[in-house]
Amino acid sequence: MIFDYTVIQANLPLYLAGMLETLKLLAISLVLGLLAALPLALMRVSRQRWVNALAWTYTYVIRGTPMLVQLFLIYYGLAQFAAVRESVLWPWLSNATFCACLAFAINTSAYTAEIIAGSLRATPHGEIEAARAMGMSRALMYRRILLPSAMRRALPQYSNEVIMMLQTTSLASIVTLMDITGAARTVTAQYYLPFEAYITAGAIYLALTFILVRLFKLAERRWLGYLAPRKG
Amino acid sequence: MLKGYGEVILEGVGLTLQLALSSMALAIVLGLLGAAFRLSPVRALAWLGELYSTVIRGIPDLVLILLIFYGGQDLINRVGPLVGYDDYIDLNPLLTGVFTLGFIFGAYLSETFRGAFMGIPKGQAEAGMAYGMSSLQIFYRVLVPQMIRLAIPGFTNNWLVLTKATALISVVGLQDMMFKAKQAADATREPFTFYLAVAALYLVITSVSLLLLKWLERRYSVGVRTAEL
Repeated sequence: MIFDYTVIQANLPLYLAGMLETLKLLAISLVLGLLAALPLALMRVSRQRWVNALAWTYTYVIRGTPMLVQLFLIYYGLAQFAAVRESVLWPWLSNATFCACLAFAINTSAYTAEIIAGSLRATPHGEIEAARAMGMSRALMYRRILLPSAMRRALPQYSNEVIMMLQTTSLASIVTLMDITGAARTVTAQYYLPFEAYITAGAIYLALTFILVRLFKLAERRWLGYLAPRKG
Repeated sequence: MLKGYGEVILEGVGLTLQLALSSMALAIVLGLLGAAFRLSPVRALAWLGELYSTVIRGIPDLVLILLIFYGGQDLINRVGPLVGYDDYIDLNPLLTGVFTLGFIFGAYLSETFRGAFMGIPKGQAEAGMAYGMSSLQIFYRVLVPQMIRLAIPGFTNNWLVLTKATALISVVGLQDMMFKAKQAADATREPFTFYLAVAALYLVITSVSLLLLKWLERRYSVGVRTAEL
């Protein structure tokens, strides 16, 4: 037999810990990313030129450069400046988990902002006119009408973004974090069984992807049920 | 400013572009095959196409890259002696990179192409059939030329993601511009400068690609009437 899975079995706890680390990174970056994405999306639909241009530049630059470069800029790059090394933020900025979460959050915020902005722009005219006819202020209209409906309609695209982010978190292993990919790297380094180690990691990611897809299908049925085609 | 490393990084640009373009060529072939499989009336083929696109899209690029570079190398050298080949086989980083990225993005493109093929009215293929064309002739004479216009937006997206994914191949040792930037960063202890420079280069590549593909999309849509809203 050319395959040897006994080592993988013995190291399953390592993979399990890696899975928790992956999910932790994913959850933190998604929450932070979504929080940053909301104001960015509002800026992207703003009619004030420079407000819009500012957010556009941010999303354009982030979406036009590789995640790996962004991660290296934050984790390795910032240490170049003495001002950063001596600042109060240094304990955080020299921490791999913090840097990875920060880089991932910045990255996903740009993509999510564009998704939400696109969804806001696709709001049916009638809804906005109805809100105006009710005498709503802009803020109230955004809070009660525009954002709730736009966020719902953004759900299918956002599910893609979440799955992309799950995959992106694998880059954390490059900056020494022990996520699923990190676990596979460790097993490879210790036993030199790269094929089995990475196949196992791949299978775990695949399973997580399926679970996420399933969860989003449920969420869509819950919040987008009114847009589903009628069953005939 | 770049302390003489500017040229070194520019050398890497060539390799990055070579890697991205060759992988895309392979991905287009695999994507067309995958789309043809998925749309095939033969159940087994359709299932195979779906398996390819689902499995590859569900696993991170980095894991697939590590799997093929290290796992593949390891596996080849385990199988080698069994078939009577005893020398250690070393995989060429560029070729393996092209194969890996092509294989990954073939799966993504198969989805793009499948959607585009489904966007072509049924009557087109039927007309081809009425002229007595074989299904292969219908495929490349009638369907492919019309599919291109519908596929360009999805293709643009995949091309941008692929260009950025080439940076990951530097992790397994291909000396592309990302690798050169890392070397320069380590040697000069000015990581920020060099990663920023390489980020700017990626931004130039993606911006130029965007402009070119937008132009291409306009060219392919010349014959299409659009309604003014």
